[in-house]
Amino acid sequence: MLLVLRGRFVPASFGETGHYRADAVDVVAAQPLRYAGWQVCVECHDSEGAMKSRSFHRTVSCEVCHGPAAAHAEDVESQTPLIPRERGAECLSCHEYLSPRPTGFPQIIERLHNPLQACIGCHDPHDPTPPEVPESCSACHAQIARTKAVSHHLTLECETCHDARAEHRENPRSFLPRKPTAREFCGGCHSENADSPADIPRVDLRDHGERYLCWQCHYPHHPES
Amino acid sequence: MAGQHDERQFPRREFLVKTLQLPCSAAVVTVLGPLALGSDAAEASQGDSKTAERYFGMGIQVDKCIGCGKCVEACKAENDVPREPFYFRTWVERYVIHNDGEVSVDSPEGGIRGFPREEREGDVLRSFFVPKLCNQCDNPPCVQVCPVGATFKTDDGVVLVDSDYCIGCRYCIQACPYGARYLDPRTNTADKCTFCYHRITQGLLPACVEVCPTGARIFGELNALASPLRRLMRKSSLQVLKPALNTEPKVFYSELDGEVR
Ligand code: HEC
Ligand code: HEC
Ligand code: HEC
Ligand code: HEC
Ligand code: HEC
Ligand code: HEC
Ligand code: HEC
Ligand code: HEC
Repeated sequence: MLLVLRGRFVPASFGETGHYRADAVDVVAAQPLRYAGWQVCVECHDSEGAMKSRSFHRTVSCEVCHGPAAAHAEDVESQTPLIPRERGAECLSCHEYLSPRPTGFPQIIERLHNPLQACIGCHDPHDPTPPEVPESCSACHAQIARTKAVSHHLTLECETCHDARAEHRENPRSFLPRKPTAREFCGGCHSENADSPADIPRVDLRDHGERYLCWQCHYPHHPES
Repeated sequence: MAGQHDERQFPRREFLVKTLQLPCSAAVVTVLGPLALGSDAAEASQGDSKTAERYFGMGIQVDKCIGCGKCVEACKAENDVPREPFYFRTWVERYVIHNDGEVSVDSPEGGIRGFPREEREGDVLRSFFVPKLCNQCDNPPCVQVCPVGATFKTDDGVVLVDSDYCIGCRYCIQACPYGARYLDPRTNTADKCTFCYHRITQGLLPACVEVCPTGARIFGELNALASPLRRLMRKSSLQVLKPALNTEPKVFYSELDGEVR
């Protein structure tokens, strides 16, 4: 009687290795893979692998950015991995400043770090070594650059308002860049009928501070309303 | 559970054999299942772990975690964990210790999308991230309470769930002091981290370790002499979560702050 019941209710492999069904281990172990592991990727993508292995991103596995790609590694024709090209969550999930992050881990403040441009325009994702700071205006006009970087005008290049010739950087005083001279210059973006992006605030040039230059009231590198 | 110490003297083989010879009606197993496994676990902690060929464990370097949440993401993708925010096999907690000593802990959606800036940024004494997962206890309370032997510890030390046998009674979920188990709403069976058993048995790393960008998670065999895990164990002093419970976790933390529970 007992044996009959046992045959009925106790699974075949129960107790083989302990108080459980040994087959269950095989069931769990047979689960399919989603992440292939970077070693598999670099078998075919050796140039990305080689580049990354010498870079700051050497410890960042391929599938962190490209998503689980075991399916692609099995069938490269029909399965394509993700490619996170746009500026945003992918890089920032690791690099946006957060105070609990270990000090020394490279972090940026997204709002201030070269806004609106794709990260991969300046940083190769497989070797993100920062580009040499370009021969830019900030080298000598650091104060202005810093002020502008936290202002509403952060997205504007210096050159939008100053056409500085290359000579200015070598011989600044002899080749001074131009500065805006008229209200209409600012009006090019801010007047009611200006042909500029819709989110730029507008004023009516005819009755807004009409007797003064705009920068007599607004500091151009940090305009406030 | 009553009388665990007594079972330690109880010869295990004999006991198991007896258990199996009894009719396997649910009621009997409910009583005996836990007892039998109590002795199993006790014995394992006395000797098994030193003799088993492979014995898996994980080290977590708290001071390297950047809270990016990639581990949570990868775990869900690899193991088909329900996407809803209450099901996690691993998750990341943010600890913030304020100037007045008050400790706040949060884990928005397990950290799968990272963390927002703190609200009280000026009022922070120190703050850090702590990744959590099943501790793969050597003395697992969840196994002890399972009435049907559906959750168990393998020879290599990993605690697994037999979803064909799990009856969804939730005892194990209650018994886990680390909150590491959930009831899968699709199957109504208990589920939890397996150390990616299907990966580690093929020589691959668990998905969370594969994607960890800073090496905060280190996986390996506790018995191997030359392994990154053993190196970590040699060079830093390690702690486990809730040591007083004697669950004997096989997930070890380095640089763990005293405030972490
Ligand atoms: C068997 C060789 C092989 C393996 C292994 C392999 N790939 Fe590929 N991969 C290819 C080929 C071939 C292409 C080009 C396919 C195409 O252009 O349609 C490709 C394309 C890609 C692309 C670009 C897709 C696009 O839309 O342009 C990415 C990203 C990529 N692979 C990532 C990976 C990652 C990550 C892994 C590891 C999980 C991996 N690959 C493993 C062969 C491989
Ligand atoms: C930090 C995130 C990141 C990591 C890590 C990473 N990639 Fe990429 N990968 C990208 C991005 C972003 C692009 C798109 C680059 C572009 O369009 O300029 C890309 C492009 C590619 C492409 C397509 C190249 C092309 O021009 O079509 C391949 C193939 C690829 N990656 C393979 C890999 C492999 C293999 C690894 C691991 C060795 C890896 N990636 C690791 C982010 C990453
Ligand atoms: C999963 C986390 C992760 C992601 C996603 C990631 N990185 Fe990184 N990044 C790292 C790690 C880790 C390092 C190395 C840090 C170190 O050396 O301590 C690093 C280093 C860097 C550095 C070098 C900083 C320095 O020290 O000068 C730059 C620049 C960088 N990453 C840019 C990017 C960009 C751009 C992207 C998106 C395409 C990206 N990262 C995505 C983890 C990540
Ligand atoms: C216009 C070019 C440009 C763009 C776009 C850009 N960066 Fe950078 N990045 C730089 C330069 C130059 C540096 C080095 C100087 C500095 O720290 O500002 C740098 C430095 C960094 C560093 C290292 C900071 C540190 O403290 O070591 C990280 C991380 C980084 N960038 C990530 C990103 C991410 C993420 C994005 C996209 C959100 C991005 N960058 C977009 C040019 C760029
Ligand atoms: C090598 C250092 C250097 C670099 C690089 C540089 N400047 Fe200058 N800039 C100067 C000096 C010096 C002056 C003169 C300041 C003074 O007379 O007080 C000056 C003056 C100016 C003026 C004021 C002109 C005036 O009439 O008052 C403007 C506008 C200007 N720079 C814009 C730029 C812009 C835009 C760039 C980037 C394209 C740039 N500068 C790069 C050094 C530099
Ligand atoms: C929105 C247009 C605008 C942008 C963008 C801009 N400037 Fe100006 N800048 C002006 C105007 C207008 C003046 C004249 C202010 C005055 O005469 O009071 C000026 C004046 C200057 C001067 C003369 C000294 C001073 O502070 O008045 C320098 C130097 C200068 N700009 C450098 C820069 C640099 C460097 C950048 C980029 C980081 C930059 N500017 C971006 C509009 C701009
Ligand atoms: C190339 C277009 C452009 C030019 C030229 C320009 N601005 Fe702006 N301005 C912007 C943008 C973009 C914003 C930010 C809009 C936003 O915040 O979304 C802005 C914002 C402002 C604001 C509003 C700040 C606030 O508090 O909301 C003022 C004031 C301002 N600009 C003044 C000026 C003055 C003065 C000049 C001339 C020296 C000028 N702008 C030239 C594009 C321009
Ligand atoms: C007499 C001082 C004065 C002058 C000159 C002046 N503004 Fe203003 N501007 C202000 C004040 C004050 C405000 C905020 C109150 C308001 O919105 O009217 C302001 C607001 C603004 C705003 C923000 C409007 C909004 O909706 O947020 C813009 C843009 C602006 N000014 C652009 C300009 C431009 C462009 C010029 C030159 C054509 C200029 N201002 C000249 C005083 C001035």
